[in-house]
Amino acid sequence: MSVAEMSTRGVAVEIAHVSKSYGRVVALDDMSLSIRPGEFVTLLGPSGSGKTTLLMILGGFVRPTTGDITFDGRAVVRLPPHKRNIGVVFQSYALFPNMDVAANVAFPLRLRRLPAPEIARRVAAALDLVRLGGYGARQVHELSGGQSQRVALARAIVFEPDILLMDEPLSALDKKLREQMQVEIRRLHDALGLTTIYVTHDQREALTMSDRVAVIAGGRLRQFAAPRELYERPADAFVADFVGESTLLPVARMGAGVALQGQALRHDGPVPDAAALVLVLRPEKLTFAAPGANADDINHLPGTLRGIVFQGETVLYQVALGDGGEVTVRDLSRNEPQHAGLFPGAAVTVALHRRDTLVLPA
Amino acid sequence: MTDDRNAAVHAREARHERARMLGLALPALAVIGAAVVVPILWVLYLSVLDVQGHFTLGNYLVLATEGANLSVIVTTLKVSLLVTVVSVVIGYPLTYLLAQLPPSLATICMLGILLPYMTSVLVRTYAWMVLLGRRGIVNTMLVWLGITDAPLQLMFNTTATVIGMVHVMVPLLALPLYATMRAIDHGFLRAAASLGAGPVATFWRVYFPLSLPGLSAGTFLIFVTSLGFFITPTVLGGGRVTMIGQQIATAIATYDGFGVATALGVGLLAATAILLGFAMRVLRLDLMRAP
Repeated sequence: MSVAEMSTRGVAVEIAHVSKSYGRVVALDDMSLSIRPGEFVTLLGPSGSGKTTLLMILGGFVRPTTGDITFDGRAVVRLPPHKRNIGVVFQSYALFPNMDVAANVAFPLRLRRLPAPEIARRVAAALDLVRLGGYGARQVHELSGGQSQRVALARAIVFEPDILLMDEPLSALDKKLREQMQVEIRRLHDALGLTTIYVTHDQREALTMSDRVAVIAGGRLRQFAAPRELYERPADAFVADFVGESTLLPVARMGAGVALQGQALRHDGPVPDAAALVLVLRPEKLTFAAPGANADDINHLPGTLRGIVFQGETVLYQVALGDGGEVTVRDLSRNEPQHAGLFPGAAVTVALHRRDTLVLPA
Repeated sequence: MTDDRNAAVHAREARHERARMLGLALPALAVIGAAVVVPILWVLYLSVLDVQGHFTLGNYLVLATEGANLSVIVTTLKVSLLVTVVSVVIGYPLTYLLAQLPPSLATICMLGILLPYMTSVLVRTYAWMVLLGRRGIVNTMLVWLGITDAPLQLMFNTTATVIGMVHVMVPLLALPLYATMRAIDHGFLRAAASLGAGPVATFWRVYFPLSLPGLSAGTFLIFVTSLGFFITPTVLGGGRVTMIGQQIATAIATYDGFGVATALGVGLLAATAILLGFAMRVLRLDLMRAP
């Protein structure tokens, strides 16, 4: 089908107070999410966080202990999977080995008793859409990982589902292919307008692909926000640590502000109301300043350069601050004169702008 | 040239390696040769000798002209086929149930299924006589429940023979089928459900095709093993069901020499090979396919 032929309705998904316990183990704890029609939402979390459990509940494979789920206001929580009209791409692809590629993609259409010419047309169009035109007669075991992934995707969208669920679909692919597929899946989503819920533990993948990201840990929703906001204004230390690279250093309250190792920090915004506080240091927000430099908007942190790691397009500098605490400074690998004095053992001053000085509850 | 010298060294190494591999395979080849190839060739050889030890095709003439021999081969194939079909009809749902149980419970149930296989053939066969006789438990129950007015003739016929054989053949299906079913990834079933398949469609379109390798292996084992049954048809068939094993015993007792008996054996081997060759081609059963 040309993209235009596929209906581009997106369905709103409402997850209200969903919990799931296995005996005494709580996999999901009072999870609520409102997903807009046509939105690409990623459930991001470490393994065991409950993100896959939530996806399985959405798919109807796992029954929640409490809570409600609606698709466009229609209650689905008691419907079995085959009555939900959802496309699912599984981590293992789950392509039927007893069928060739075309039969796999035709499977949902045959179940819906579409006429044979219609099935043939739709299968060919879906395979074209995932750039596998002409692969219909291939056996499943003849496909590479990336091709299997595309067939699974074609099979999941060919019957025009209301929602597309994807469970770590790219985790078995190598880095280059993964990045290529991220772009393709997003392109397909934008073309079809399908509400897509995507599970991954890869924060970079989540930031790259999503309209909004739900960070889940320990069965709880930590933050649900657009990628930029998630990165720039994490809700707590867990999110700051999990999304992007960062070093967290404990800071103490000092007057109305905070202090790192006795040094008052300039920072924007109020100090969070929490017993323990941390300072979040992102490597790319840090630079080096001339020793003894002073400016109103900059925090200067003295330290000693411990090591330099060359990574190709970037260079990492590991700096030990005064009383322990090691931070990483990332810079593009340009041969600039100010880097001349940077060698292991050198005394350096790390500069942090006040607007990047992020203080969060620990 | 150094390169050429190295090539020669590598070629010699490869030759030596092949020789060592062959050496490792030798014990297995020797056992198969002594236990399978030599006896079959010996039987073939005996089947073309007359009583004086001269070459003859007379034994095969007896096989072809005596109607009893042909009907025995037909009976053998018929009973074996019946046993195979009944075993599949009973064994497939049973094994499916086992495959859904938690593994520890499934192991206990599997032992129950295997029990007849570990019981002496005589004990097993006479136990069926006790159950199936006119005053046996089965008939007593049927009459008591009012399902029949008079006891049924369950003994000394094909029914009794098939029942007795199925009893011991079901494990031969259950074992390979169980292994295949356990290996079926539940992801396939979830995928089928997500694509709109209800439980029935999921079973027939996905689960059953994926269980076929185990089913065909079990079917093959049952059919081939059934061909050689001797005591069960003799006792439970009561003389009315003559399978090839019994006919071969009769032939040894009736004729001088092993000529006719071995010709019967060769006839059965040929019939089985043709039938299975045909079945594998038509049904596209691939016994060696991994599940």
